[in-house]
Amino acid sequence: MTALERVSFEVRPGSITSVIGPNGAGKTTAFNAITGYLRPTGGRITYDGAALTGLRPSAIARRGIVRTFQKTSVFPALSVEDNVLTGLHLRGTAGFLAVLAGRRRLAAEERSLAAEAGDIVEFVGLTHRRREAASGLPYGEQRLVELAVALAARPRVLLLDEPGAGMTGAEKVVVSGLIRRVREQGVTVLLVEHDMRMVMGISDTVIVLNGGRVIAEGAPAAIQAHPEVIRAYLGASAGTP
Amino acid sequence: MTRAGGWLLVAGALTLPLWLQSPYHVHVAIMAGIFGVLAMSLNLLLGYTGQLSLGHAAFFGIGAYTSALVTLKLEWSFWPALAVAVGLAGVAGFFIGRLALKLRGAYFVLVTISFAGVISLVSVNWIELTNGPLGLPGVPAPVFGPWSLRTKTAYYYLVLAAAALSYAVCRRIVRSRIGRALVALRENEALAESIGVDVTHYLVLAAVVSAAMAGLGGSLYAHYTRFVSPEVFLFTYTVTMVIMVVAGGKGTLAGPLVGAVLFTVLPEALRAAASWQWQMLAYGVLLVALVFFLPRGIVPRLSAAIGVRR
Repeated sequence: MTALERVSFEVRPGSITSVIGPNGAGKTTAFNAITGYLRPTGGRITYDGAALTGLRPSAIARRGIVRTFQKTSVFPALSVEDNVLTGLHLRGTAGFLAVLAGRRRLAAEERSLAAEAGDIVEFVGLTHRRREAASGLPYGEQRLVELAVALAARPRVLLLDEPGAGMTGAEKVVVSGLIRRVREQGVTVLLVEHDMRMVMGISDTVIVLNGGRVIAEGAPAAIQAHPEVIRAYLGASAGTP
Repeated sequence: MTRAGGWLLVAGALTLPLWLQSPYHVHVAIMAGIFGVLAMSLNLLLGYTGQLSLGHAAFFGIGAYTSALVTLKLEWSFWPALAVAVGLAGVAGFFIGRLALKLRGAYFVLVTISFAGVISLVSVNWIELTNGPLGLPGVPAPVFGPWSLRTKTAYYYLVLAAAALSYAVCRRIVRSRIGRALVALRENEALAESIGVDVTHYLVLAAVVSAAMAGLGGSLYAHYTRFVSPEVFLFTYTVTMVIMVVAGGKGTLAGPLVGAVLFTVLPEALRAAASWQWQMLAYGVLLVALVFFLPRGIVPRLSAAIGVRR
């Protein structure tokens, strides 16, 4: 089965770009291809002029491209704090021998990582939950943990797969605010989202996928008025808002 | 664990031979220490990366045979033999770790079992090298400077030092970004990769360290019993290690040690208390009860009870 065919789009650095489209349009497939979870059978994915195609997810993360998942994805048994501390993996430098030797520099690094984790937990507003196991948190807060873990990896490009899914209206407002603040820090944000109010509210550019093709691309207002988009959503494959 | 409690334990371990009257008790303490090393080694894989190696006796056996052969055939002294044993077991761990990348879960378990089976067959059939089922007698006792560690008390301190070293290695790893990466792989591999954890690197690293540590246990065992036979590859050893780790608390630092002490002392205590059939029955009942009432293990339950993290 071909989930994506001849899809081509560009993401402007420092922007918030949303990918929308009916279920099965290939949004998550595109994410998986970009972040190395799927190997595309053809085509190229480049970042900053360098090819990402065929790299493993961890290697892509090392290049500053970090994703979240559609289904809530945290380290369930770990506390919120430890989730984020784990997310700081690439920020640490200690190798095996350094760890065994247990130098003083190592303790200093651990302290600075812990402080950084605290800051990130505070940024997503979970300081009051920091010692609780992630699995015990309500759904919306787990999604915030997930965002915090991704942010800990210091992305230059952050891919969010339905960050608002399953959240209450109020929580979505919070997440939208966080995404904007992330962008203000110079991070490029690419997101897949079903909630149109959220998409239109925060995006600079919206890309519409349908049947594995890009059918429209532009500013939110232009997309809302685009005839083919209206047809895709209200026509044959109606049923998803 | 509170600091005072920890020091009390250290003091207890250091003075143990003074408290124990009979050499038999010291023997039990030595075996507990060796199994402590083995259980800590298995815990690194099972508890932290979540991969179950049911062939862990292979690394133990490789360590035991290597150490015995190097001292007997090459006539090297104990310490370099120990180093070779640890190194060779680590190399075996490297290959198993590479395999683990392609196979997870049940398949990994099967591969580790087969690996142990193959190594065991080699030990039985390569008679020129291993002396086959007859085993290798006369493995020399270690010498430390001018002292021979021939007595049980001296050997106890050697084992205690090895256990302390293994514990320190585990502790440093676990409380570092390496330990966090291992736990990340256990908890959620896809998410771990998305934040840049290199699965290959960390699984192999865990397997190498774990196997090397099991090799250390094997070497200590060989020079203690002074005899190595294909028995060291028995599945029972692996099962005992798994029981120790699971009962003590997998994924905790103290758990495997607690499990090792408990499940070394307990069968011996039962032996004194009851006839053979009752021993096995009591052992089984206790095991079922432990798993039923303390599914996460003794140490996590205890630390939850006294309100300590980790």
